[in-house]
Order: sequence, then C-alpha cells, then structure tokens
Amino acid sequence: MKRHHRVVPLVAALALLGACASSAHQDSPAASPADKGKDKPVYAGLDPADDKNPFPSTYHPLPSVATALVGATIFTGTGARIDGGTVVLVDGKIAAVGKDIAVPAGAKVVDAHGKYVTPGIIDAHSHLGVYATPSVWANSDGNEMTDPNTAQVWAEHSVWPQDPGFIRALEGGITTLEILPGSANLFGGRAVILKNVPGRTVQDKKFPGAPYGLKMACGENPKRVYGSKGRTPATRMGNVFGYRKAWIDAQEYRRKWDDYRRKLADYKAGKGDKAPDAPKRDLQMDTLAGVLDGSILVQNHCYRADEMAQMIDISHEFGFHIAMFHHGSEAYKIADILKKEDICVATWGEWWGFKMEAYDGIEENAALLQKAGVCTVIHSDDDILTQHLVQEATIALAAGRRMGIQIDEAEAIKWVTANPAKSIGVLDKTGTLEPGKMGDVVLWSADPFSVYATADQVFIDGALVYDRHDPAAQPKSDFELGQTGPAHPGPQGVGPGRPVLTTSTEQPQ
Amino acid sequence: MSRRHTLMGHTLMAAASSLVLLAGAAGAETVAITNARIETMGPAGEIPSGTILIRDGRIQAVGASVSIPADARRVDAKGHIVTPGLVASDTSLGAGEVEGEASSNDFAGATAEMSASFDVSLGINPASMLVPVARVGGVTRALVTPELSGRGEKKGEKLFAGQAAVVDMSGGTDSITKRRAVLVVDVGIEAMEHLGGSHGGVLQLLESSLEEAASYAANKGGYEHGTHRPYRQSKEDLEALLPVIQGKMPLLVGVHRVADIRRTLELGKRLKLKLILDGVEEGWMMAPEIAASGVPVVVDPLANLPRDFESLNARLENAAILQAAGATVVIKGPYVGHYARQVRYNAGNAVAHGMPWPAALAAITATPAKVFGFSDRAGSIEPGRDADLVVWSGDPLEILSVAEHVFVRGTEAPLTSRAQDLAHRYQTPDAALPPAYRN
Repeated sequence: MKRHHRVVPLVAALALLGACASSAHQDSPAASPADKGKDKPVYAGLDPADDKNPFPSTYHPLPSVATALVGATIFTGTGARIDGGTVVLVDGKIAAVGKDIAVPAGAKVVDAHGKYVTPGIIDAHSHLGVYATPSVWANSDGNEMTDPNTAQVWAEHSVWPQDPGFIRALEGGITTLEILPGSANLFGGRAVILKNVPGRTVQDKKFPGAPYGLKMACGENPKRVYGSKGRTPATRMGNVFGYRKAWIDAQEYRRKWDDYRRKLADYKAGKGDKAPDAPKRDLQMDTLAGVLDGSILVQNHCYRADEMAQMIDISHEFGFHIAMFHHGSEAYKIADILKKEDICVATWGEWWGFKMEAYDGIEENAALLQKAGVCTVIHSDDDILTQHLVQEATIALAAGRRMGIQIDEAEAIKWVTANPAKSIGVLDKTGTLEPGKMGDVVLWSADPFSVYATADQVFIDGALVYDRHDPAAQPKSDFELGQTGPAHPGPQGVGPGRPVLTTSTEQPQ
Repeated sequence: MSRRHTLMGHTLMAAASSLVLLAGAAGAETVAITNARIETMGPAGEIPSGTILIRDGRIQAVGASVSIPADARRVDAKGHIVTPGLVASDTSLGAGEVEGEASSNDFAGATAEMSASFDVSLGINPASMLVPVARVGGVTRALVTPELSGRGEKKGEKLFAGQAAVVDMSGGTDSITKRRAVLVVDVGIEAMEHLGGSHGGVLQLLESSLEEAASYAANKGGYEHGTHRPYRQSKEDLEALLPVIQGKMPLLVGVHRVADIRRTLELGKRLKLKLILDGVEEGWMMAPEIAASGVPVVVDPLANLPRDFESLNARLENAAILQAAGATVVIKGPYVGHYARQVRYNAGNAVAHGMPWPAALAAITATPAKVFGFSDRAGSIEPGRDADLVVWSGDPLEILSVAEHVFVRGTEAPLTSRAQDLAHRYQTPDAALPPAYRN
C-alpha cells in the first residue's frame, strides 16, 4: 500500500498499522524473483519500469442516456460546419454527426434548433486545483519554488478537487484541462490531464490513458526567482545551462538503467556469475527520462521568439520533441520555424505587456500562426478566462480579420478543441465530434463566437454534467455548500434591448 | 504563472505610425458622420439614421436631419452604430507600461506618507504605447486610479491610494480631462495586505482619518501655530481630504462583502460623504439597499469566483441584479491598462447574464461620465460635448465587431498601434531582408 504521511488521529493510525500488516507482502521482494535477478531483488517501487502509473485514474463516466442534439449548427472541430445538424451520443461515445442522421430509438432528443454544438472545450493551460480559489496561502500549491529543477513533483499531488473554479469552468464549457505546475522553475514538474467532472479525489478526475506533460519555463520567471535568492539561474544563459545540465543527467540515468537491464539479461542468460546492481530510482530523472523516451510531452512556457529557437536547439541536442510552447507571445515572429518543427503554440487573444517578455504580444498572434500552418491553441492560464475561452479565441479571430486574415469559425474553434487535444496527447480520444470519440460536447445558446452565448448543456463522455436550466444538473463544490447568500434566482437568459442589425456588413464576419 | 499587472520601459523603440499625436481641439477639422445609427446615450436616445456634426473638437449638432457645411469632411457610417467613445473605469492606463518592471510604473505615490494627497495625473504619460491600443479598441477616456503600493515602497503606512484622474486618449500633453476626480481607498483585503489589521480596523481607520480632516478644517489656525495636537496624517493629506468630507469629491471605496458594504454605506451617510462603491462582488445580495442609498457601483461582470473570504458569493449576474434593482452601475475591465479595450466585452458578458443592452452600453459610456464627474465633457453624443465617437462594424458589445472610425475630441485617430505594426512587420516571414528593415 501507499505510505500515508499525513497526520491522522490515533485510532485511525492504529487501523492503518493493521492495514499495513495485512499488506506487508507488497513491501517485500517482488513476487517473481526470476524477473528481477535471483540474488539481488528490486524492491517494490524501486524500478521505474514497474509501474509508470502509480496514481491510476479512477474516473468513471457519469451515468448517461443515449442523446440526440437535433437541429443545431455544428462546429465539428475538424474544420467543418454543419447547419441544421444532429449529434448523437450513445454509450458515452459520439455515435453519429451530420445533417441527415436518424435518431436512435429511445434516445433523448434535445431540440437544438437555433443553437450551436461544439466539441467540449479544452484548456491546455490551467492551474485550477493547484491555485484554487479562495486564493489564500493554504490553496497556493502550484509552484515548488525550492529548486530550479523540480521535475520530480507532480501537479496532481497539489490538485484540490473541491476548487470551485472547476465548476465555473464547466459552466463555461470546459470538459478537459491540462493542469500544470507554475513557471518559477526551469522544470516545474509533471502536468496532469483531467476530465472536468466533479470528483472526490484527483484520481476520480484523471483522464484515462492521457500522457503526462512536463512543465518547463523559459525566461524571466526562473531567473527572477533564483537570481533573487543568489542562486543559478540568475540570467537567461543560466537558464540554458540549467536545462542542458538536467538533460545530460537524464541521459546518464537512462544509460545506467539500460546498462543494468542489459547486464541482467546477460546474467539471466547464464553469462556472468553475478547479478548486476540496480541503479537507484530518481523521481526527477524518471520524468526527464520519460520525455527522452517520448512518453511525456514537453509543455514549455516561453514568451520570446529567440528563446523558443534556443529551446528547439536544445531539443535537437538531446533528441526530444517539444509538444507546445505556452504563452508564446512572440511566436508569430518565428511561425515558419514552429511549423517546420511541428510544435504547437498556445497563446491568448489579448494578454500582453505584463512583463518585458510579453511586451511584443499582439492580438494577431494566433491568426498569423494559423495562417502559417502552425498548430494554434488558445489557452487561459487563468481561472476567469478559462470560463470564456471561446471569447478569447474570438478576440484573436477578430484581430486576424482586422488585418485581412480570413479564418472562419469552424476553423477557429479548433484553437480550443482539436488543437489543444493534439498538443496534450488526447486527440485520438476527444477534441472533435467524430464517431467513436468520447462524448464530450457543448450545446451553446447561440453562436459561441458571440459574447452573448452561454454553454447551456455540457456533456462529458455522453453524460449531461451541467445544464444551465436544470438545478439538478448544476454541481457545487463542497466549499460552496452553505455559503450562498439569500436565494435569488437572478435573471434568466440574455438581457433585452440588443440592437437588431440590418445590414450584412454588421453581422460578425 | 502569469498575472495581469504591469508598466513600460523608457528606452523602447516606437514605430512611427503608432506615435501619432492627435491634434488638439483647436486644429480639429469639421466632420460630418452621416448615415449613422446613433446611440447618443443622452436625452435624444437612439437616432436610427442620422448625422453628427463635429466642429472645433466638439459635437455641434446631432440628429436625423442636420445641415452639413460645405467644408465638412464626410464620413459615411454606412448605417452602422455610432456610440460615444468608451470609458475605461478604474484602470492604470497611461500610468504604467510593463507591470513587471517597477521603473515603468507611475500609479503609486512617491513616499509612504503620500496618501490622500497623491495626484496620479502628474505621472500619467499620454505617449504611452498603451494609449493607441486602447483607442483601437474604441476607448477614448479613462478614469486612471492610483494603487496603494508602488516601486520599492514600504508597506504599512497609508490608507488612501490617492486621487484618480480622467484622461482622454488623444495622446497629447493636454489629455488630462479632470485631475482629482475621485479619492481612492480600499476597505478590504487589499488594504489589509498593506496596513495589516482587519476589515474592521481598516473601516475604523477610514472614519478616524476623515474625522481628523474635519478637526483640521475646524482648527487650521491652531494647526498652523502649533497649538493644536499633532495629526497622524500630513498637512497635504488632510487638505486633500477636505473636499471629501465636504461631500464635493467622491470617495471611491473598494468594498466587497455584504457586511462591509453595509458598514461603508452607513459611514457615508453618517459623514455625508459622496460615495462610489468599487468591486461590490456581493452587492447583488443587497441590491435594493444599495439602490435606495443612491450610491453608484463599479463592477467587473466577470468576477464570479470566491477569490477570497470577502467575495465568496460573487456571481456573473451581479451587474444585472444591481441594475434591475435601480442602482447606478458602471462596468469596468481589468485594472491593468493593457486590457482597457476589454471593457466592452465585459459589458457584453453582463448582457449575456441578464443586463439590458442599453444599460450595459451606458455602463461604459454615459454612466461613468456622470459618476466620475465629466459628463459635461464626454460620455454621450450631445451638442457641446467633446466629440469622442466610435463607428462600429457591428454591435459594439460583440467581440467580432471592430472600431471603424475613432474620434477623440474631434480628431479622427489612426487605427494603428505598435502591436499592429508588429503584426504587419511579421506578416511575411520569408522576405530577403530581416524584419528590422520593414515598416
């Protein structure tokens, strides 16, 4: 069993002792010594290859019924727009999408005429749970600012599943999130992919089968945090030294384990009379080695174009691939390079200028990247913005059109659906409305690129997890219980008096 | 993780096209905006199809039939909506360039002792790179508010952040519309982070500071001759409080939870203050009470998280509920001036959650002009007002709509900014020469 380090009352502690006694065999040498070397057993938890997933997902889709959303305008996330279309969800999966789709017998029919349907919105850069609200000291668990390399920490161990921000994000249509550690360190730790369902534990929210990410950070944050402590890195060149040193250490770690496994195989084959000693497992190196063997995706906070180019060179030097640059305020300056390297860029619509490395951030960034063929993502990095992620994409879309880059909504929706799914490694499971994929779907009251649109219904794996018009389908976090003021129904729907636009040029293009 | 707070460096190169200063009113041309659907936000209401005549920087006439002088330049609005220029309320716009660089920040007083007397207008830089960005977004005026903490400043000394200013987006040195527009104070966690103590302690300090000013006013002679007891506040700060205790200058109070809002309203009544409440996340829970007090509120419609223990019941419908109860509502965006243009999206979101569209548009035009005391200059399209006008490609609250023409004090602004110069510079990455040779 896993060791429990938290303080527990005496009675509970005694009970745990009993539990430990009954499962003590798991702490003894592995059951099949033949697999591990006869004379030098590797104890449980000491071989990184034994269990790559020690905190396994316990996610189960919420109960669902077969559902058909009928008559909607659909942005499929594959670039297509279907007017008057139908989306059918069966057994948690997308069963059919199209214009003339038969509704299966017994399916619940949702009249979606005049409404819009998109894939569930994916935020590839979130700190929900690790920087939970209320934003008090106790909830600040996102940055392990004790060493520039904390690749050994995992964001999921900081996630507070009761963060009310998860539910606010759900109300805004967010169905999948990548939760990242902060950017104080060169290597911030492992990022985790969550399905945005309420859960008692973080394991209840973990996206089954999603790969891990490694948060890396360029630029001002690491050099400020450690430079101010009189430690390296205090400069950008110190940053680059820090990355390269860590990758050298990680390659050495891999070599040691490869060496060990080769010697072990030789020993088992009868060559040599002495079983090899296993190297000591190192959690920091495990994560870095996971990047080098391609199982963990690099998610790199990096604002400036010149620094991105340097990170790309480092990836070439050590033989790994950067999945995505996050923030990427200057990505438009090297769009051709990013396209060639097949690196996604996650950015904002309008954030800029909050520090020097964001000073050249422009609203047109995403449109210029899209035009250059780069996998373009709009992310939030913020617990308010994540609730309005399509609006953020709309800002970028409008800016592109303003400078003559015509991108249609069906394409732009990919910035918050298919493209983030690709960049975090789950595009085979979600991110588009294609048969066989998870039934992660948002029904919008209006065109989601309109400021007046709200997410009316949100489905995750085919289950209705949020319904704006049904209090029974409106989850509340434990923290919110008992804290809501006098019951006030509040207004329903959009306020009156909007202008009726008459000329075609007034319509959003 | 990144947060939105910033100011800018003095050595930055600026592209020429974004440094255009708008000519002052005296040099402004005569312009007729025709074929416009005019949201006057004044007594004339909406004019479905009309003309606005601009002369000498001001609106000379507005209506369905306006005679156009021969020398007027005509701008055909093509039936599109024209609104007053938008107002960014409670922003650092012009008083900060790069938030992470303290040397570029001008929103806090010079010393820990400089509190109520700090006049933020003196440090405002009309040539800020942020001004054209805001202008392209349709913002033509801002209430620039000071912050408690500045560069390298000691905490624990002062209560009042200082005096806010109304500024226009012309970019000229004459862009200050109104100095000392309101006095800014917070009675919540922001103040506690600076002063320590508690909500109650901060409220108590506010009351005693104002009473001290009243005592000073009544004993100026004794103060000058050293025969009166010393005061905790400096003479300059006490002087700055006089218009506040006389009910002439509004006190903009950052306040968030129900109990504190109630205490603040009580204090305002007791001392006969002219209050404006800022933040007011839990205002919806006592909307009729706020409306009955006649005290205006400034709200961020996106604030719907229990950010801390003074805003647990924040919700998206706050602006709509307060407005429906009859309160005077101003809508604001983020404090950091880079995002001044967001104010119209915030108004749109307020509509999405129940606020009537005309009220939401008023909340970013005429209402802040009235509340912050410059409605004689801007905020509505009426004869005699400065010609701050925006022609929109569609519904001004829709994100996909863009400003097609922006006038500040009668001069049409070029719709360019350093950000757009960058976008154009890098639009064609495959040119023979490096980008530095473009634009």
